[in-house]
Amino acid sequence: MKERYSQRKLVDAAVRGLCLLATGAALIPLGLVLYYVTSRGIGGLDWAFFTELPKPVGEAGGGMANALLGTLELVGLACLFGIPPGVLAGVYLAEFGQHRFAKLVRFSADVMSGVPSITIGIFVYTLIVLRTKSFSAYAGGVALAVLMLPTVTRTTEELLRLVPESLREAALGLGVPKWRATLSVVLRTAAPGIATGIMLAIARVAGETAPLLFTAFNNAFWPTGLAQPTASLPVQIYTYAVSPYDDWHQKAWAAALVLIGMVLILNVAARVLVRHRVRSR
Amino acid sequence: MISRRNLVSALVCLPLTASVGCSKPDGAGPGPSGSSGGTAPAQAGTVSLVGAGATFPYPLYSKWISEYNKANPGVQINYQSIGSGGGIRQISAGTVDFGASDAPMTADEVQKAPTKLHHVPTTLGAVVITYNVPELGAPLKLSADAVSGVYLGTIKKWNDPKIAEGNPGAKLPDKDIAVVYRSDGSGTTAVFTDYLAKVSTEYKDKVGAGKSVKWPVGLGAKGNEGVTGQVKTTPFTIGYVELAYAKQNKLPIAQLRNKAGQFVEPTAQTITAAAAGVEVGDDLTASLTDPAGEKAYPISSFTYLLVYEDAKDKTKGQALAKFLWWALHDGQKHAAELDYAPLPDALITKTEARIRSLRSGNDKLLPGG
Amino acid sequence: MALLGAEVNAGDVLFRGVAALFAITIVLVLGAMAIQMWVAARPSIAHSGWRFIVGRDWDPVRDSFGALPFIYGTLVSSLLALGIAVPISLGVAVFLTELAPPWLRSPVSFLVELLAAVPSVIYGLWGIFALAPFLRNHLEPFLGKTLGFLPLFQGPHQGFGMLAGGIILAIMITPTISSVSREVLRAVPDSLREGALALGSTRWEALRHTILPYARSGIVGAIILGLGRALGETMAITMVIGNRTDISVSLFAPGYTMASVIANEFTEATGDVYLGALAEIGLLLFAVTLILNVVARLLVWRVGRAPEGARG
Repeated sequence: MKERYSQRKLVDAAVRGLCLLATGAALIPLGLVLYYVTSRGIGGLDWAFFTELPKPVGEAGGGMANALLGTLELVGLACLFGIPPGVLAGVYLAEFGQHRFAKLVRFSADVMSGVPSITIGIFVYTLIVLRTKSFSAYAGGVALAVLMLPTVTRTTEELLRLVPESLREAALGLGVPKWRATLSVVLRTAAPGIATGIMLAIARVAGETAPLLFTAFNNAFWPTGLAQPTASLPVQIYTYAVSPYDDWHQKAWAAALVLIGMVLILNVAARVLVRHRVRSR
Repeated sequence: MISRRNLVSALVCLPLTASVGCSKPDGAGPGPSGSSGGTAPAQAGTVSLVGAGATFPYPLYSKWISEYNKANPGVQINYQSIGSGGGIRQISAGTVDFGASDAPMTADEVQKAPTKLHHVPTTLGAVVITYNVPELGAPLKLSADAVSGVYLGTIKKWNDPKIAEGNPGAKLPDKDIAVVYRSDGSGTTAVFTDYLAKVSTEYKDKVGAGKSVKWPVGLGAKGNEGVTGQVKTTPFTIGYVELAYAKQNKLPIAQLRNKAGQFVEPTAQTITAAAAGVEVGDDLTASLTDPAGEKAYPISSFTYLLVYEDAKDKTKGQALAKFLWWALHDGQKHAAELDYAPLPDALITKTEARIRSLRSGNDKLLPGG
Repeated sequence: MALLGAEVNAGDVLFRGVAALFAITIVLVLGAMAIQMWVAARPSIAHSGWRFIVGRDWDPVRDSFGALPFIYGTLVSSLLALGIAVPISLGVAVFLTELAPPWLRSPVSFLVELLAAVPSVIYGLWGIFALAPFLRNHLEPFLGKTLGFLPLFQGPHQGFGMLAGGIILAIMITPTISSVSREVLRAVPDSLREGALALGSTRWEALRHTILPYARSGIVGAIILGLGRALGETMAITMVIGNRTDISVSLFAPGYTMASVIANEFTEATGDVYLGALAEIGLLLFAVTLILNVVARLLVWRVGRAPEGARG
């Protein structure tokens, strides 16, 4: 009996050990990727990297300022096209979404969040690029917005649902119309949480490459207009990574460091926001 | 409302305002119709031309564009090397101002294009066989049989007799050959397969020539950039790339046995020799592979820009025509320094006439055209 | 105004209308996506019919399009990824819900989620310059020596290939599977857990006989969500899988996935049939991920209404 018990203990300890091991194994790649990106990228970060345009093939120097700016521009457009509709759709689902139509919307949003980003690229290419006869920042922004939309919608809905009913009733009880109550009381209460969700969504789309290949395309110059093809960090990293030039590889690592830095900052900030909210609740 | 506005202003406006010089979208805006003699586009703001296509001439084009932009700051030419197939496809879809391809458009492609397109030859280049075999000192010498055998998968090892035959005394390792080819639709592939199909009937029957073919062996990499990168980083690989890519990356280049039986190294001279005496058709295209000349490198090719005969946007059309003219004259001197070869004079004369014939509506794009 | 009264405020009607409009947009975008892909794919559907799915020949020169190599590559790389990621992710999930001391839970789960935040193209970059050389020089020779009698581990060591693709995908889907499973495990009522422990079970026994059976469908859902991600992943795998249109048993051999072929060939395909063939691959991918998502969400839902699944 005792033997059996110790055997059981042994199995238990082994399983615990394996779980610990698995956690370690899951985190090793993160460490490796961060290590490689930092150690190889840091040398490429100089003033020129942030201020200059890429140089022609074979000439040393130059930077990625246009891609940095392009990424900001594309993410900005994505926010413009993706956040207001997403938040409003979320409001609809949380505040008015009791019937079958809302179920359909919810279902569509969930399905959409699983659609591969490359197919969104095809969709926007046929929808916008072929119609306007031009690759453009707009098209890139729309593609990223489509990627953001479901996340923003569902996050908004979930968070609005967490707002206590009493708060709504109190506002309505004061004679405020429902739209005002929703916007200035309910939405405002949930705002930090929604902002967190949005930041995570931004962090995700900022690093997306596949949907930009056929939409924003790429550009070796400064962005001159929203109807022009636009460079972006992820596409530039891809182009440089598969190139044969050592100088470009170095630049790809440096750009990866910048991109990962942006993504990490957004994630950590979102994290801090959440903690803040949880504490204050 | 406030919360949303805060968010939107914080997240959206910041990057938007940061993108300096966000001019109005100029996609559909027709240029001032009266200014036929508008010489300096810089006055009217920046003209942005978008082009896409071949990776084969990309090192040269990127040099040209940079030089041209220094001389004409008002013209920005955004050229993306996505492959010749992409160049043909995007200009046919009208999403770019010009395309680029090393493989002339096929009759089918010409017919499917919604408007009339012209080939403008820009330079001469060579497809070279590059490899990564650390043991080898002297350049590999390969017969046509050896090259086609490797790409057919019938030659599997580096010490195969067919490879050893041309390289007496070389230390060929007993290792598998890792073949690298282009995964994208490629003019380089078209030129290379055109050569293989000429020298090997087995290859012609089994695989055939084209921009993207079904290779019996190997792994695919994207663009000349990708193939070069793959060969550079992976031991015991072999790949076909444009000369400039191999040169710039200091990769070894094989000498190939030409039709006359000589092993020839690809240089500006041997490429030029391949173009000697070639008859160029009315569309300004010609195949240069497997030429007869004793000094001719066997896998040489013209590369072309693809332009609309009738430009939709006159300002852009004029800027492009001027750039083409510049490339045809001033640009040629950059060719040799980047391991391309200048066009033959006879072809330059023919091409001048073609550029002069370009128009927008009823107006010629170049004065005196 | 007076007629409408306090109950039906004009602003409310407008507000509700606008919100509903955007809600409809989501449905419309999804619908438009499906329709557009179908329209774009039609030339290929007409040209190839069923042969498209079972054909092994992808030969644009001869207008012959069989997508089987891509379907095969996608399935094999994704299953390989699941094979690696599922045990690890479950280990992580169990560790985080059942074993780890409370102070450790939140930082570790944050780190695991960061794995999902690293952009795909950066995994690709790392894959080209770190993972592939490692596989070529160390792991593949080792596997070839020890397990080389299996056809899975034969052939030249190139680094770039199915194995590299599977590993990269495994890294990328681990956070999805582990965070959804964690939520699912958390949704298991504490009373069950405590009951089992009170009866003298060890942690493992409680897990094995009580918690896991309860959470099973949710965990399957988590795995399917991970599978959906792996199937649609594009950049990283395109950069390491070798891009070869072929079906090979060996994991060392280069392959190709559905998403990669679209990424590589979509901007350059000339001709309606070729373009249609790529769109048809996109359509297949769309349909498969759609079905997987629906199934996964239903399964996750079943476990005590666990919070909304994939927020990786």
